[in-house]
Amino acid sequence: MKTVLIDIQGIKKYYKVRGEILARERASVKAIDGVSLRIYRGETLGLVGESGCGKSTLARLILRLDLPTEGNILFEGEDIFKLSGTDLKGYRKKVQIIFQDPYASLNPRRTAGSTIGEPLLINDINDPKGRALEVARIMDIVGLTREQRDRYPHEFSGGQRQRIGIARAIILKPQLIVADEPVSALDVSIQAQILNLLKDLQKEFNLTYMFISHDLSVVRHVSDRIAVMHFGKIVELADNQELYERPLHPYTIELLSAVPVTDPGRKRRRLMQEGEITGTGDGPGRCTFYRRCPARLEICNKNEPVLKDRGEGHFVACHREG
Amino acid sequence: MGMLLEIKDLSTYFNTEYGVVKAVDRVDLAIDEGDTLGVVGESGCGKTVLALSIMRLIPSPPGKIVSGSVVFNRVDLLKLDNGNMRRIRGKDISMVFQEPMTSLNPVLRIGDQITEIIRLHMGLGRREAVNRAMEMLSLVGMPSPETIVRNYPHQLSGGMRQRVMIAMALCCSPKLMLADEPTTALDVTIQAQILELIGKLKKDTGAAVILITHDLGVIAEAAEHVAVMYTGQVVEYASVESLFSRPLHPYTVGLMESIPKIDAAGGRDEYLKVIPGMVPSLHNLPQGCTFQDRCPHTMQICREEEPQLKEHLPGHKVHCWLY
Repeated sequence: MKTVLIDIQGIKKYYKVRGEILARERASVKAIDGVSLRIYRGETLGLVGESGCGKSTLARLILRLDLPTEGNILFEGEDIFKLSGTDLKGYRKKVQIIFQDPYASLNPRRTAGSTIGEPLLINDINDPKGRALEVARIMDIVGLTREQRDRYPHEFSGGQRQRIGIARAIILKPQLIVADEPVSALDVSIQAQILNLLKDLQKEFNLTYMFISHDLSVVRHVSDRIAVMHFGKIVELADNQELYERPLHPYTIELLSAVPVTDPGRKRRRLMQEGEITGTGDGPGRCTFYRRCPARLEICNKNEPVLKDRGEGHFVACHREG
Repeated sequence: MGMLLEIKDLSTYFNTEYGVVKAVDRVDLAIDEGDTLGVVGESGCGKTVLALSIMRLIPSPPGKIVSGSVVFNRVDLLKLDNGNMRRIRGKDISMVFQEPMTSLNPVLRIGDQITEIIRLHMGLGRREAVNRAMEMLSLVGMPSPETIVRNYPHQLSGGMRQRVMIAMALCCSPKLMLADEPTTALDVTIQAQILELIGKLKKDTGAAVILITHDLGVIAEAAEHVAVMYTGQVVEYASVESLFSRPLHPYTVGLMESIPKIDAAGGRDEYLKVIPGMVPSLHNLPQGCTFQDRCPHTMQICREEEPQLKEHLPGHKVHCWLY
């Protein structure tokens, strides 16, 4: 039986944009505009979307690095935005992040061992000797050698740095790992090594992943379920196989058709709308994809579609699929 | 179709504090008029240095083109004086850089940046140059070019900036365009638009394109011929059909196998095949073949002697002792 690990309920995050000094009304950017999503224990939920669609903002909210404008996130039934003190510290032990850029996310003046072991120190786990043993054990698991413990980030390659970031994320035995574009900065041959490592770790520690990526091939490879985001909203959510074989939302279809395939004989016909992806700025009550949608209806201009189940856990927010 | 560019035995070295780095090592390549040559490889394999060597933009010191020739239209670019090279650079050969965010001048209007090239190379007056710039902007699919020419780069999105870069590269009707990872910084839907645009403009203007990328998918869609680079050398060269249907070099095979495929769901137990280890440091490359430590077929000879790039199938060359 699937149990819900994290339950995101109608979350919204608006950022105020500073306008003219005396302007009365300030504009706001709706980074996340009403997202509800459940992540089950032990699954990998893939989150795809283009830059600026709110993927990383959602990650920041889950990690409680930011507070929402509206909505709740329940982790094992508890509202994470009501936590404080020791409870909050306890939550942070259970939820960890792997960052995109292994060059920017490590402290250049700390050795690999000290970066990996810091979470233990902060949470006062073990004595120094025990911590050193644990660091060595985790380094071994992620494929780093013990001799590398005293080296600094600049002495490692991109793939190895990402292994350090992963080691730091798993050392507290978290339940949920948010991986924000963990392989985007890596070369193809190294990317495969890291993806395999993430799969191994998931089995070994029974981890739940939220895997954020703009690369639809990578997401297809790792995910059980996939959510597609567009302008701060989830427009489609389905099982891996279902989403790629029967995409329903016009945006998902467009995204899939845009991915270059490694088969020169099969040049895909792209379903591409001309024009830029502009901000919503359309005012409320209109589908965010309206202006680019090849299949828009009259109702799309007046009524914003909501995410509805079309059977077997395939959710889509589109009037055509009503 | 005639040969447009022929690179022979090109080597570009960099002097660093740890010794000499052979960033481009004895590369032979040719490109016909109107052809698209894809150059694929991982970071540090010498793709960008190859492009900069063709443009003679290698910062010197520390870099230096130590040998070889780059014959463009029967003229060896490496033997030209700076003045003549400047007349070719930006006009007959142009370049699109990877980062549209950093390769435009942030304090100049788009129009000024484009007209600079036009006035310099085509000798047009200000008014005519602006008209030409607007013409180019609409050619690359920019809406309302008369507004865009007055905009600054920060007012445009990434995809728009890349279109401006392409408009700049095309405004003097080049015979060859070097595109260094032109879509890497962009979203997939924008990437698809840009690739389509490059393909269309190539057809309209007859320019040849050298497309540098690390993405085999982009190569499969946009290129006609492919050169695979590893540690500064071309390890395989073929037509795009031949390369994807019969990859020969173990590195090419490994690269293709290590990419997740969009048309196959990866189950819990689906692992990607990997190329073990990592790219060796260019400071101390092993003797013999540079891929020896990562190769599943290493033989005695691979550790002793370096293979040569040889034709194994018609038009399909490989740099490996297996063949």
